[in-house]
Amino acid sequence: MTDTASSRSVVVEREMPHPPAKIWRALTEGPLIEEWLMSNDFLPVVGHRFTFRATPVPGWSGVIECEVKAVEPPERLIYSWGTLGVGTVVTWTLTPTEGGTHLRMEQSGFGPDQEPNYKGATYGWKKFIGNLERVVGGME
Amino acid sequence: MQAAADHVFRALADPTRRAIFEELSRQGEQTVHALTRHAGVSQPAVSKHLTVLKRAKLVRHRREGRETHYRAQPDALSPMVDWLDHYGAFWRERFDRLENLLERMDS
Repeated sequence: MTDTASSRSVVVEREMPHPPAKIWRALTEGPLIEEWLMSNDFLPVVGHRFTFRATPVPGWSGVIECEVKAVEPPERLIYSWGTLGVGTVVTWTLTPTEGGTHLRMEQSGFGPDQEPNYKGATYGWKKFIGNLERVVGGME
Repeated sequence: MQAAADHVFRALADPTRRAIFEELSRQGEQTVHALTRHAGVSQPAVSKHLTVLKRAKLVRHRREGRETHYRAQPDALSPMVDWLDHYGAFWRERFDRLENLLERMDS
């Protein structure tokens, strides 16, 4: 692990033979979202708080607490994604291509130490993960 | 997400527990007394946090006389280090499902 805390993220991108408007619907209409992601009470409204619900497993309720951060149809959708005390941000970007759409999902991790549950925390995740890398780096 | 990772995340979701774990990682083995001085919370609170860390296998303890000494177990962090891999696999699978849905949708 050589990357820094700030650069920690998961990126998945794919070319899809569908127009952006159609993909946008699948990303923003609750019943459609449920078909490919999870049951939800999503609304495409900035500031709307919603949850994704997965099947609970031991040690995890399966609940993901989210808030809509940006809705720019049919180009960009951002929501926060918080579970197990870890706040991340999921950003969807749709770029039209000749044959359809380039869809990109980036989940940037561990960032928001400003999440309410960590207000005033001395040891935010970002700092912790930075330190963790050193700990793990020294493990080998 | 993997259950082991969930456990570790839960244990480290609390800032005081992270502080305790960091302190042990940095300074090596310490007594509850020493940790209490550093943590700025009461000794019973520190003990409670240590119990949670112990359950997640993030710390180990040994008794010496009346003192209990705690030591960090950094190996226990590995499920957390794998966390991004888990999410990567999760999203790739969801992309497949999304594509499948798009095939079935009318424009």
